[in-house]
Amino acid sequence: MKELMLGNEAIVRGAYEAGVRVVSSYPGTPSTEMTECAVKYDGIYAEWAPNEKVALEVGIGAAVAGARTMCCMKHVGLNVAADPLFTVSYTGINAGLVIVVADDPGMHSSQNEQDSRNYAKAAHIPMLEASDSAECKSMVKRAFEISEEYDTPVLLRVTTRIAHARSLVELGEREERPLKDLEKNPRKYVMMPGFAKGRHVVVEQRENKLLADCNGFIDLNKLELSGKELGVVCSGAAYQYVKEALPRASVLKLGMVYPLPFELVEQLSDYVEKLVVIEDGEPFFEEAIKAKGFAATGKEKTGVQGELFARKIAHLFAGAPDPGPQETQNIPGRPPVLCPGCPHRGLFYVLHKLGVRVSADIGCYTLGAMAPLNAVDTVVCMGASIGMAHGGEKARGRGFAEKTVALIGDSTFMHSGVTGLINAVYNESTGVVIIADNSTTGMTGHQENPTTGKNLKGDIAPCIDLVKLCESLGIKRVSIADPFNLKEFTALVKAELAADELSVIIAKRPCALLKCVKPQPALHITEDCIKCGACMQLGCPAIVDQGNGPSIDKSLCNGCGLCPKVCPKGAIKGGAEE
Amino acid sequence: MIQIVIVGVGGQGTLLASKILGHIAVASGLDTKVSEVHGMSQRGGSVITHVRISKEGETVYAPLVEQGGADAVLAFERLEALRALPYLKEGGTMILNNQKILPMPVITGAAKYPEDALETIKSSTKTVAVDALSMAVECGSPRAANVVMLGVLSKFLPFAPELYEDAIRALIKPRFIDMNLAAFAKGRALAD
Repeated sequence: MKELMLGNEAIVRGAYEAGVRVVSSYPGTPSTEMTECAVKYDGIYAEWAPNEKVALEVGIGAAVAGARTMCCMKHVGLNVAADPLFTVSYTGINAGLVIVVADDPGMHSSQNEQDSRNYAKAAHIPMLEASDSAECKSMVKRAFEISEEYDTPVLLRVTTRIAHARSLVELGEREERPLKDLEKNPRKYVMMPGFAKGRHVVVEQRENKLLADCNGFIDLNKLELSGKELGVVCSGAAYQYVKEALPRASVLKLGMVYPLPFELVEQLSDYVEKLVVIEDGEPFFEEAIKAKGFAATGKEKTGVQGELFARKIAHLFAGAPDPGPQETQNIPGRPPVLCPGCPHRGLFYVLHKLGVRVSADIGCYTLGAMAPLNAVDTVVCMGASIGMAHGGEKARGRGFAEKTVALIGDSTFMHSGVTGLINAVYNESTGVVIIADNSTTGMTGHQENPTTGKNLKGDIAPCIDLVKLCESLGIKRVSIADPFNLKEFTALVKAELAADELSVIIAKRPCALLKCVKPQPALHITEDCIKCGACMQLGCPAIVDQGNGPSIDKSLCNGCGLCPKVCPKGAIKGGAEE
Repeated sequence: MIQIVIVGVGGQGTLLASKILGHIAVASGLDTKVSEVHGMSQRGGSVITHVRISKEGETVYAPLVEQGGADAVLAFERLEALRALPYLKEGGTMILNNQKILPMPVITGAAKYPEDALETIKSSTKTVAVDALSMAVECGSPRAANVVMLGVLSKFLPFAPELYEDAIRALIKPRFIDMNLAAFAKGRALAD
């Protein structure tokens, strides 16, 4: 029976069939569905770790303890997990360990466009790349075989167009894998200099063996000889576009993207008149192929930005007309917005009114940077908000701290904000940290986290108390407030900014999309409206002005009751009011 | 190859229509790829789903419909319909839910909503404009608007209505099945 599955679902199906027992991950688009799917399989223990570094450490622990294990993350998550990644390459594994990384060329939902293939090379870990859901399933199984045969973690790369595309998958049975024996072997598993030197030798030998062997991995690396004019080296989504755009070309389709099968490259190079490399992202294959002395081109045409698509390839490599940009021009854009009823809206309204600098973080609240809220000044990576605010204070003094808040969500705080806060305590910051606690991980689609009181399965779990946590660090000024109580919240932020010591405000109000938040009747604007535009400053998608003054779109409004609070004439009625 | 692009505003429920089409392709023994959007743009941004279904024996390689390649665009909002217009091939059909949702740049006054969107679309391609929201309300819930739209689309595709009905039964929660079957029939009748 064939089933239509997302690439992400197919990866988990493959892991299930391969006898995986443990999955540990942190959510991040486009990787999130893998772990959400894994928890539904009997025989797999799956969890959300607070961040990708912890997830991989859990993964290493489980694999060394003898269970086939998988960790899933987005490309920037692999940066967080890079520390254990580089050294698990040295220790090797016991039972198979596969790390799935989902890259996002085109930045559909990411802060950068980094190419994770570079990690495979840098950490000396083999990497596979799937080009449809069927391969997602088969490759994860193959990845576990390679992992155990070569005693190495294996990276499996997908990109957005593979992770989030549905295609057909043939289902198989689960192969139960008994736990492997637990061994005490400090020379292999204790990475101090004396032992690590010995393991570095093993890493190099392993990589050389894989470099030779991968030429024979015909199930992964496929040489499709056809026309002699053009030969294309490609992988992943690019392969699918090449098959449509250049049907006569000979193709080396790489399923193993590190190390590369240079004998196959040579066969293709010998067979065709012209060799090109077509790859999303960095010139990863192209540089390696050129370094081996093959004449290849590609990146000078495809560039390193955005995504490839079939007509672009047909244009660049087969002289088809220029398709122009994939986006339609001269039409108003529709960027994502904070939802109607979003708890962050009250927060940003206050921060914007106070004119403070906002050192923000990764999450829905990043959208507070957009007009008309225009409240966010900096966003770099998960957890950066607190450290960056502290750095600004150390650079510019107390005056900076008086006019700056660090803003971070509950899940992001658990991910990597805690260490920034510890630093702020230890090095005597006087700033204000606002933890926007909406009781969920919003942007990635409502995952549980250590502060929500539930685990990945949805079962009741221990709940980290943010107030006690902050107090335990020695922070004296810790408060909780509802960001929809605009007056009280404004006064609180002012008082904390004025205080000459570190303070934490927990802005607590649940995400409007959570099931526990019942929508109220829609609001409406009465004749008392003087068209002052105050409500428009909230940036609520339900409040629109088509030239005759503001009105509320009933189909979008969820009656949250924030806009009546900013109306100077009390002209907004309805909602939850009696 | 049958190629369909489904567009709308994040949160409008565009994913169900593509799931139903994918289900029909599988039931018909055809190769298919359905490319979805998850993550950030689901927060009220433009969303687009690509559906490609093979002919008998054909392989679907790319997950994306290219501009100029779509047999039909199923648009849940007028501005998004206009944005997706270049995806239609010559002679393709635009099926449009005649709803207007203002994007934030229009709300803030940084951009103007193209008021002539419907006229522009009608003048350039075959267009079926539907008030899917009120038709869905007549069936029991505005949430069935996507299935009303699918009903309209079904008249332009080579699959029997029973296949859609089977897919609805397989994919929708039992207590909403009857409502959605009614919504499908209403949309399909409209296209006659």
